[in-house]
Order: sequence, then C-alpha cells, then structure tokens
Amino acid sequence: MKNNFKLILIISLFVLANYPQACFSQGVNSSELIKNSKQYDGKIVVYFGEVIGDVMLRGKFAWVNINDGDNTIGVWMPALQARLINFSGSYKSRGDNLEVVGIFNRACVEHGGDLDIHAQTLRKVSGGRIVNQRLDIDKKNLSIILLGILFLIWILTLFKKK
Amino acid sequence: MAIPILTALCFHEINPALDFIIGIEISVLLGLLLIKICHTDKDLNWMQGMIVVSISWIVAMILGAIPLYLSGHWKSFLDACFDTMSGFATTGLSLVQNLDHMSYAHNLWRHLIMFLGGQGIVVIALSFFVRGFSGAFKMYVGEARDEKIMPNVIHTSRFIWLVSIVYLILGTLVLGITGIFNGMKPVNSFFHGACIFMAAFDTGGFSPQSQNILYYHSLIYEVITIVIMILGAINFKLHYHLWMGNRKEIFKNIETSTLFITIIASFSIVAIGLAQINSYPSALVLFRKGFYQLISGHTGTGFQTIYPQQFIIDWNPLALTGVILAMALGGAVCSTTGAIKMLRIGIILKAFKEDLKRIIMPEKAIVIEKFHHIKEVFLEDRLVRSALIITLAYIILYGLGALIGMFYGNPFLESLFESTSAAANVGLSCGITNTAMPAALKITYIIQMWAGRLEFMSVFTILGFLYASIKGK
Repeated sequence: MKNNFKLILIISLFVLANYPQACFSQGVNSSELIKNSKQYDGKIVVYFGEVIGDVMLRGKFAWVNINDGDNTIGVWMPALQARLINFSGSYKSRGDNLEVVGIFNRACVEHGGDLDIHAQTLRKVSGGRIVNQRLDIDKKNLSIILLGILFLIWILTLFKKK
Repeated sequence: MAIPILTALCFHEINPALDFIIGIEISVLLGLLLIKICHTDKDLNWMQGMIVVSISWIVAMILGAIPLYLSGHWKSFLDACFDTMSGFATTGLSLVQNLDHMSYAHNLWRHLIMFLGGQGIVVIALSFFVRGFSGAFKMYVGEARDEKIMPNVIHTSRFIWLVSIVYLILGTLVLGITGIFNGMKPVNSFFHGACIFMAAFDTGGFSPQSQNILYYHSLIYEVITIVIMILGAINFKLHYHLWMGNRKEIFKNIETSTLFITIIASFSIVAIGLAQINSYPSALVLFRKGFYQLISGHTGTGFQTIYPQQFIIDWNPLALTGVILAMALGGAVCSTTGAIKMLRIGIILKAFKEDLKRIIMPEKAIVIEKFHHIKEVFLEDRLVRSALIITLAYIILYGLGALIGMFYGNPFLESLFESTSAAANVGLSCGITNTAMPAALKITYIIQMWAGRLEFMSVFTILGFLYASIKGK
C-alpha cells in the first residue's frame, strides 16, 4: 500500500512537472501550428499527415516531410523510425499516413531556424499505395480530334500549293 | 511542350503526356490561323514591335496554361493562367493545388516556362533567326532588353542562351550531387536540381514541392541557391565580360556596387526589425533566415525558407519594410530580374550627388558626373529622366496593386508586400495569394506581373494603341 502511494505520488509529480509540455498533446493541424507557433513552441504536439517526397537520411536521423492537407511540415526523426515508412506521396503513389508525437519548434536552433517537429514516437495510421493511372478517354479523344483537324489543314495546304 | 512530353514518356505518365499533346495541337492551330490572318512581308515599326511583344506574352500565358489546367491541379483556368504568367514573368507566386502529387512532366513545365520567360519569349524566337531584320531589335527592346551584348541582336540572344545553358548544366550537377548527399533519391535529386536551378537563375521562385526550399532542410542547398540567385540577378553583359576574363568589371560596375550597397542597407533594416522582437533564438539563425529571404527578394526570385504566414506572425513591420524595399529595387538591367533595377537606382543616386555638388560648389564651377557601366558614361539629363520615369512607373504600379489589395480587405503592409512582389516579379508571399482570393485581385496581379516584366514600354504602347483605336484615330 505504501509502495503504491509512493508510485502514485511520483507519477503525479512527473505529470505536474511536465504539464506545460503535455497540455498540447492532442492532435493539431499544420495551419494551427503555423498560426499559433509561439504558443506551441517547445511543446509536445500530435501531428498527423501523409509522408510526401523523399525520406532524407542524415546519419542516424532522417528528415520526413508530412502533409496534413493544408501545409507540409518537416519532421526530424531517428533513422530507425523512418524505416517504418514504405510509401511516400508523389504523382504515382499515396504516402503512408503517420501520427507523430514530438516537440514542435517555431524556429529550431539545431536546424537553422526551421519550423519543425522533433519526433519522439511514430505510429503508422494507414499504409500508402501505388496509384494506378487510367487513360483519360476524354483527353485521348480530344487529342485525336485536334490531330485530325491539323491533318486536314495540312492536306488542304498541299492542295492549295498544287 | 515537347520536353515535358518526353519527360512524361520517360516516367510513364500517360495522362500528363496527353495534356501536353493537346496543348501543342491547340498552339499549332492558333499559330496557323495567325499566319493566315496576320502574315506580312513588311518590316515592323516601333509601335508594331512593341504590340507584338506585349500580345505575345498574353497569348503565351493562355497557351501555356492549357496543359496545367488539364492536369487538374488548378481550380480554374484563371488560376492556371495566373501561374503561367507568374512563370513566364519569373515571378513565382502560385495558386497550384496539391503540388506534392504533381507529375514530373507538369512540374518540369512550370520550371521550364520560368527558364523561357527569363530569357524572354521573343529572345527565344529571335535566337532561331539566321540573320537579323530591323524589327528584331524593336521586339528585343520591347521585352525590356535594351542592351546589346554583341553587335547583332540575334547573336546577343544566342549568347544569352549559351550563358543560361552552360550554367544550367553546371547548376543541375551541383544541386543534384548536393541532393544525393542530402539523402534524396538520385532521379529526384537531379530533377529537383534542374528545376531549382531554372527557378533560381531565372529569378523565378517556383519549386517542385509545396514547402519551397524548406523541403530540403539543408544549409548547403541554401548557400548554392543564393549564389545562383545572385548570378541570375547580374547583367548578361557583365557575364560576357567575366567570361572574357575582364574580372575587374565586377568591382567597377555601377550595378554591382549599387547592388552591394542596397543589400547591406536593406539587410540592416531586416536584421534590426527581427532583433527588435527577438524573432529568432540566435544571431546566426536570424542571419540565416533574414538574409535568405532578403536575397531572394532583392534578386526577384521568391524562394522561401519560412512559411508565408510567418512573415506576418514572426516578422515585425520594420523587417517587412526591409524586404519590400529590396523587392522594389531588384537586380541588374538585362538580367532575368524585375523591378526598378540597380542601374536606374545608381543613376538616380549619381544625379542627386551631381545636384548636391552644384549647390555646394561655386556657381562658375562645371560639374561633370560619370559612372562606369562596362565603359565610362557621362551622366546626361536624358539618362536621369529615363531612369526616373521608369522608377516612378514602378512606384505607381506597386501602389495601385496595394490599393486594390486593401480594397479587398487586406491590411496596408501586407497588400504592399504582395503587390510589390507581383509587380517586381519576385514571388515572395505573405499569404494573400491563395485560391480563395477574389478573381479581380488575381487579374490585378497578372497585369502587374506582365507590366513589370515588360517594363511598361510595350504595355504603354498597347494601351495607347487601344485608346487610339477606340477614338478612331
């Protein structure tokens, strides 16, 4: 009983000591983070979005850019965590959707003043996929019609010259 | 449009290839129609030369927007036209949607139109002529290029292309290799390298990803782009002299010395502004962020390493004013930058100095002022008048755009920032430029980008022509 009380006390003190950091540990979108960057600076945030572009490995760490539909924010994470990522968003693919819990920096001293998030934990919410391209029939038809008109003009010009 | 088609085929992008095929077909059809209606063997007079140039830019905007609009990344054809004019005029303001999922072909086209527009659409056409014709120079001047590097305007156009292509190859290699070291995939790295080079050297400001230069999270990338932006902001005539081994010219030239002074002056304003509100945690960070946005604005590029909203949230009015001032001044004449330009600023400052001397010195003293621009030039009243007229026209254009911005409910400083950015062909944005802004404001910025790129003469001529047509003269 005495040990349990001590454990509860330690946990309570830990939570209280970290209260300012923990208070933003709910999902925040990029617009909110950029708009209220001073308020969120140095706090732990939960950010959710699609991985886009290259996963850029830098030694034991990596830069992963995550887009939540409004903006893209750079997330600095250990390279081991970045290995979770299978798909990144591009023309031909939808990137993995990740939930990042990390420290938000309005102007990161470590990274030249960039607005970024230093990831602490990472969770893949849903996997990405290859986007299969289907031939757009309307575009195909339009290009054939225009080609036909051009061919007709060319034939008419030839006849006119003769 | 053949280059994006080849790119689309290389990357197996079927629908983007079709977008460009449709674009080419419509362009050829319109071209044939115009040849049928407007063909003449007569040479162009000054007015016709100017009108041809200004209309060419509008036609190029509409035709260039077709493949972009077909891609589905723009909400309306007006938005696609906005981006095409922004590209051709090397501005960099953009209304694109979901850029991070755009095809290689469309992305390349966005940057290619900057490369083409930077050299000048008419310069491209002139480069293909075997020999000159008298109308060529009129069209060359109409595109805000009044300096001949070589005796023949066609040789001058070809030299501009030679410089640009040599730098393109070198710049792509350097940025590509840097990209690989930064952890990018080799194909992406060189593709981004080519795109970023085109946008930096032609002082455009588009980038393949929505985060702009922030995407790369790399100091080396920022340093390289600063060097390319400055190379793009100096006179092609100066490039010629540097290539010929005349390196002293860079120190003697009035444009480079004025550029150096204005960079220091405007950066001082930005740095004081940012320091006042402790915007950045250290002096080094303040320098990195402040200097990059400033050089980007001064050279008329528009690359950003901060989010547009941060200009308003993290920068105070003084720092914003420093950037607005830098954007308004621009780079060198006969370069790919827009705005008032360094030669004119240098001439105006020299004229002030001459007038001050006249006041201070005895009445009988003869005051002669000279400046060095490739050769020693006497400061004549006609040069000062011309510099002042263009400067005044730019100031009016910046002000008018700001007024229209305020009419739509935006604050003064933000409206002036965005208006100056559009008219000076810069591309930095503090957030006003977005798809939700009113169509009239989009059209205002299109006109500003067009008039700013052509430096008014062609635009004044077409306005005068339209007025005369209405009056029936």
